[in-house]
Amino acid sequence: MALLEIENLHAEIDGKPILKGIDLSIEAGQVHAIMGPNGSGKSTLSYVLAGRDGYEVTEGSIRLDGQDLLEMEADERAVAGVFLAMQYPVELPGVTGMTFLREAVNARRKAAGEDEIDAMGFLKMVRAKAKTLGVTDEMLKRAVNVGFSGGEKKRNEILQMAVLEPKFCVLDETDSGLDIDALKVVSEGVNALRSAGRSMLVITHYQRLLNHIEPDVIHVLAHGRIQKTGGKELALELEQNGYADYVEAAA
Amino acid sequence: MAATADTVRQVEEVTGRAYKHGFVTDIDMEMAPKGLDETTIRFISAKKEEPEWLLEWRLKAFRQWQQMKEPDWAKVGYPAIDYQDLYYYAAPKQKPKLNSLDEVDPELLATYEKLGIPLKEQEILAGVVAVDAVFDSVSVATTYKKELEKHGVIFCSISEAVHDYPDLVRRYLGSVVPAADNFFACLNSAVFTDGSFVYIPKGVRCPMELSTYFRINAENTGQFERTLIVADEGSYVSYLEGCTAPQRDENQLHAAVVELVAMDDAEIKYSTVQNWYPGDENGKGGIYNFVTKRGACRGRRSKISWTQVETGSAITWKYPSCILQGDDSVGEFYSVAITNNAQQADTGTKMIHLGKNTRSTIISKGISAGRADNTYRGLVRVGKRAEGARNFTQCDSLLIGDKCGAHTVPYIESKNPSARIEHEATTSKISEDQLFYCMSRGLSTEDAVGLIVNGFCKEVMKELPMEFAVEAQKLIGISLEGSVG
Ligand SMILES: Nc1ncnc2c1ncn2[C@@H]1O[C@H](COP(=O)(O)OP(=O)(O)OP(=O)(O)O)[C@@H](O)[C@H]1O
Ligand SMILES: [Mg+2]
Repeated sequence: MALLEIENLHAEIDGKPILKGIDLSIEAGQVHAIMGPNGSGKSTLSYVLAGRDGYEVTEGSIRLDGQDLLEMEADERAVAGVFLAMQYPVELPGVTGMTFLREAVNARRKAAGEDEIDAMGFLKMVRAKAKTLGVTDEMLKRAVNVGFSGGEKKRNEILQMAVLEPKFCVLDETDSGLDIDALKVVSEGVNALRSAGRSMLVITHYQRLLNHIEPDVIHVLAHGRIQKTGGKELALELEQNGYADYVEAAA
Repeated sequence: MAATADTVRQVEEVTGRAYKHGFVTDIDMEMAPKGLDETTIRFISAKKEEPEWLLEWRLKAFRQWQQMKEPDWAKVGYPAIDYQDLYYYAAPKQKPKLNSLDEVDPELLATYEKLGIPLKEQEILAGVVAVDAVFDSVSVATTYKKELEKHGVIFCSISEAVHDYPDLVRRYLGSVVPAADNFFACLNSAVFTDGSFVYIPKGVRCPMELSTYFRINAENTGQFERTLIVADEGSYVSYLEGCTAPQRDENQLHAAVVELVAMDDAEIKYSTVQNWYPGDENGKGGIYNFVTKRGACRGRRSKISWTQVETGSAITWKYPSCILQGDDSVGEFYSVAITNNAQQADTGTKMIHLGKNTRSTIISKGISAGRADNTYRGLVRVGKRAEGARNFTQCDSLLIGDKCGAHTVPYIESKNPSARIEHEATTSKISEDQLFYCMSRGLSTEDAVGLIVNGFCKEVMKELPMEFAVEAQKLIGISLEGSVG
């Protein structure tokens, strides 16, 4: 059985249908990419996976490791191993990056009936991981995402992912806002997290990211449905032809 | 809008959890008869074996109080208080003279345990915190006295001070908050039962944080504490006040007075965490917290800093103030006020600049949830002689849900053209984005709210002494558990 199984997923926002029957399954250890035109529902899918309120699932199911995600609140899903690196990370004034990470880790430990993490050891671990992603100590002391540049925000998301070690990661346009060097650093960070037990869903508009993070499978999402699934060559094809085929096909 | 509706729903979902500190200790009380007249005051004074001058002082205050009207200018509403329907004195039956905690009534100790204030543990923490625990109206346990005595620091109940240091008490009592200052202070002057007295001699840096945990325990018992802290030239003291109260159906009046005096180069840091019973979701019960707190920076370069975290009480009416008399003196006010359900808070400060180059800073963080009302009311007054006075004020309000209110009422009066006064104010809401972001990292709704609100209050929280900070952070989370999502 696949690590993540999405079946016939329909979801709407404020009564407006956005996802109209998505089927997707990702094996443990695999990386899938989703590409698709603006407004096709990519971020919506990521939010539905993460359990955001206001996104109403009207049909279908999502299972992670056999567990029914739709039965769980956002925080329960996170504890169960879902992680969403957001397209637009949110500012938390007054909450330092270090505090935020510690709270997140302790939430998991609490759920597992464990004691709070040792503060000193944790600090060291986070600093080490931060370094590899080019996140400075100064950034960890600042309030989460407040005044961060677009690229810094994205790096910070991947740092959280590295620290929380989720089972299933959704990366929503992590490449947008990253300069060429940062793209490389972040991609290396993501690649370092690839492992046999961990799956990823990478949302992007650009083939370039997929040169760094090589997906096993690529899907094209348009009009709330997966229109095509293929290998790496699909990204190249899209790069050349755009989405015209899919937009028309669905229309 | 969907996001707002959602927050409201979450607010409602987590409301209705019982007040964690709601329980009642069963210790026989020795009560003064219900009601207030000169006999009551004579009873209190006699119980406490007070000198004649103090009885006269009380009686004079009482006569003035009878001529006064209860103030109605604050943005709070409550049914009329029947001052004749209250008890003004209650004390645990045996008045213990104690040498150690072992001699404290075990039931009392158990009460503190439940509140999470293990005196024993604090004693073991050797010299970190001295606790002058006030149970209802009479001090029953005072620790660390000996260590303090070595430095000449006086830290005792005000009743003791009246007997042991009558000159000091007589010189300073009512010198910052005159007996007839306002309705509630005047009432306190007439009937105050106990509280703390602190004197730090010249040049002494108090070797530990001084801490008092207050606790209201008797039904229908008004609590009238009186605290007086005097920091002599070049001295320093940090004083912590923390409170929780058991659940009660009837409203309880609390009208404390705190007076601080700082001489040349002296500094007083006064921190409060207030967590009295706020009443239930419908606004039934809860403490009326009508407090007068004022500090006088009498000396040059003296400094008084108020830090408060106010999460409890049905009604809070409180304006810890600084009178900046000495040239170059400094006043600070850092405040977090959380109101939830039907709680009402009208709180702020007064900074009265009289001396030259006096400076004041006001940072106020008001958090409102449920149907609660939260008002910041602050006065910055600069006198004619206060050349070069400076004030910076920042008032931030955070709303949770859309049924609560936040109000900012700044008064600025300057009689000196060289004064510089800055005022900044913001109002924001906890966004659904922020909640989701935290939850998507594994935080429960409550923890997410606690984290976001603690972030919002950070500038104030970092002013709290270390010993208090953790407790206060938790308290913020807990107090919003009862009403925020
Ligand atoms: N809160 C909302 N209310 C109404 N419509 C919404 C809301 N959020 C998203 N939508 C709509 O849902 C559709 C899908 O949006 P989504 O953000 O999932 O697109 P996307 O594929 O991530 O696009 P992009 O590539 O631009 O990031 C869009 O038409 C968008 O306008
Ligand atoms: Mg998107």
